[in-house]
Amino acid sequence: MTETGASSHPVAGTDKDVLVKVENLQKYFPVQTTSLFRRNHDQVHAVDGVTLEVRRGETLGLVGETGCGKSTLARCIARLCDVSAGRVIFDGRDITGLTPRQMRPLRREMQIIFQDPYGSLNPRRRVGSIIGDPFALHGIADGAERKRKVQEVMELVGLKPEHFNRFPAEFSGGQRQRIGVARALALRPKLIICDEPVSALDVSIQAQIINLLVDLQREFNLTYLFIAHDLSVVRHVSDRVAVMYLGKVAELAPAEDLYQVPRHPYSNALLSAVPVPDPKKSSDRHQIILIGDVPSPIDPPAGCRFHPRCPKAQERCATEEPALASVLGDSAEHVTACHFPVEKGDDLSNTARVSVPPNGSQAT
Amino acid sequence: MALLEVSDLHVSFPTPDGVVRAVRGLSFAVETGKTLGIVGESGSGKSVATQTIMGLTRGARVSGQALFEGIDLLAMSPKELRSVRGAQVGMIFQDPLSSLHPYYRVGWQIIEMIRNNHHEISKAKARERAVELLRLVGIPQPDRRVDDFPHQFSGGMRQRAMIAMAMSLNPKLLIADEPTTALDVTVQAQVLQVMRRLQEEFGTAIILITHDLGVVAEVADDVVVMYAGSTMEKADRYETFGAPHHPYTEGLLQSLPAYGGERERLRPIPGQPPSLINLPGGCPFHPRCPYVMDRCRAEMPPLFEVGGNPAHTSACWLSRDQVERAALRTKVVGQPLAAPAVP
Repeated sequence: MTETGASSHPVAGTDKDVLVKVENLQKYFPVQTTSLFRRNHDQVHAVDGVTLEVRRGETLGLVGETGCGKSTLARCIARLCDVSAGRVIFDGRDITGLTPRQMRPLRREMQIIFQDPYGSLNPRRRVGSIIGDPFALHGIADGAERKRKVQEVMELVGLKPEHFNRFPAEFSGGQRQRIGVARALALRPKLIICDEPVSALDVSIQAQIINLLVDLQREFNLTYLFIAHDLSVVRHVSDRVAVMYLGKVAELAPAEDLYQVPRHPYSNALLSAVPVPDPKKSSDRHQIILIGDVPSPIDPPAGCRFHPRCPKAQERCATEEPALASVLGDSAEHVTACHFPVEKGDDLSNTARVSVPPNGSQAT
Repeated sequence: MALLEVSDLHVSFPTPDGVVRAVRGLSFAVETGKTLGIVGESGSGKSVATQTIMGLTRGARVSGQALFEGIDLLAMSPKELRSVRGAQVGMIFQDPLSSLHPYYRVGWQIIEMIRNNHHEISKAKARERAVELLRLVGIPQPDRRVDDFPHQFSGGMRQRAMIAMAMSLNPKLLIADEPTTALDVTVQAQVLQVMRRLQEEFGTAIILITHDLGVVAEVADDVVVMYAGSTMEKADRYETFGAPHHPYTEGLLQSLPAYGGERERLRPIPGQPPSLINLPGGCPFHPRCPYVMDRCRAEMPPLFEVGGNPAHTSACWLSRDQVERAALRTKVVGQPLAAPAVP
């Protein structure tokens, strides 16, 4: 396994500004296929050598397609699963090897907002007691005091405090997501991991929740790790964005830089695939349509993981893995893992336009 | 004459809590070779409407008319309808995994579709056709993949296999109900490209149902915006996105992050969509509308022509003059939005 990024990754600011630091993090899941004669111990390389940091008060967006490891990375940071290799440093403390019991006091400092506002709330419990859980678990407030605190939080996220005794089923999807936000916010954590917080909501409601998250961040100086597959939402909320592909960070940059001058061919393809809600613009832009599917994370391609689908790939890409570094005179903040980064004026759509190989000679 | 002409469609479901009025007076037409986009949020009735047309809503109370090549689909017997479904009208649904049978090979499922409607075609011929269809939708090595099971396909490939199946009998109309919602953006781009190419090649009319305004802007020729079971606005895509008349359409576009410019505060539509059992009186959007007037609370507006353009209609009491409407927009929002496009 080659080590990537660790050495060339910029360390900007002092450690005091960094809330979460992830160093060469790896998370493999074993897949056991038992046949009559032998046992295979294949592994899904869900997260494979990620190095990045989340700074205090910022929103770090994490984008990528299904199976790229973005949720697994978040779960490793929250230590909801064990880490195969690498380190997670939270608030200056190495939490990689902590036991669940040792983690417990730290839990109040990191909370998660989940995607599905239907699945993440217990339908048989009242809203007040769901939001009161964090207080109860950490023994912070009891009885009337707890109720007062819960109602305070409810008001903060735009729920009516008098709905304290209602069940989740009595709320609409958007309001349920507010309940999820309230629960995460209850203990004023330092870090909130938002795992696709608005994906299940309709557009008009989605905007309400995004505004709420932005307001709360400003008010309580929260740090967000924001995972979403909707790139326009990520652009809207994030200060910096990391693009992941097959368990690795392909590009990491300030949001505007990434959307204005994406360097990695994959970032380019990803951004160009987003439909634009403006028919005048959509007809004259160059869409890069990628060939084939994402390879299996059990046996990822050698070299650059994107090379089998990359319109710019050359021999070197198949053998040598590119490290994250700032390229083509980008600032130290904008790092790309690519041997042949995209320059302004490169036309990637030419090389990748044919989405169907004529002889169908392509493996999946 | 349009290929499919739906007029004044009403669908309601009796439930123990009351009657759910899912679709209320929907009218639209699809021309051969064109794509009609139906946009709306959850519960706006967009899926129920098309499923009703195809006879897939059991226990619903239906009224209205759906003329497919001049024949009313809603008046057909289930048996007659069966000969239309698949052969004349193909359908693709949102979730390709649950639409394909996990127990049968993908090719077998396509062959069955072909042989069920054309008994005279031999198994070998049907198989050839299945391979050709899979190649058409961009499945690599179709002659081998035809014998795969659905679980051996990726999400995007499954959806392409669904398209292949829906297109197997050369239908005149393809109803795609959220065909790309479960897919990643790069895969979505692939699938939309396949649909576009098939349309160019075979002149299929497409009804694309989606909540994604971006997808609609990219592929639909005409757009119907639905809210609480009713049509709010109908126009071609340039008018819909460039000069929306209905406050709901405008609200939807404004709540998109890309629309408001860089990191501006988003402008969501306040409030929640109404319950379909207890609909508000008058215009169903009035409780959330920034332009609400007394008349909106009392009376449901019919579809008016906007700016003298018969192809652009909007169910709203606001001025139908595009210039006056734009002036009003400035007043409510506080700053000018995109200038109305002159058709």
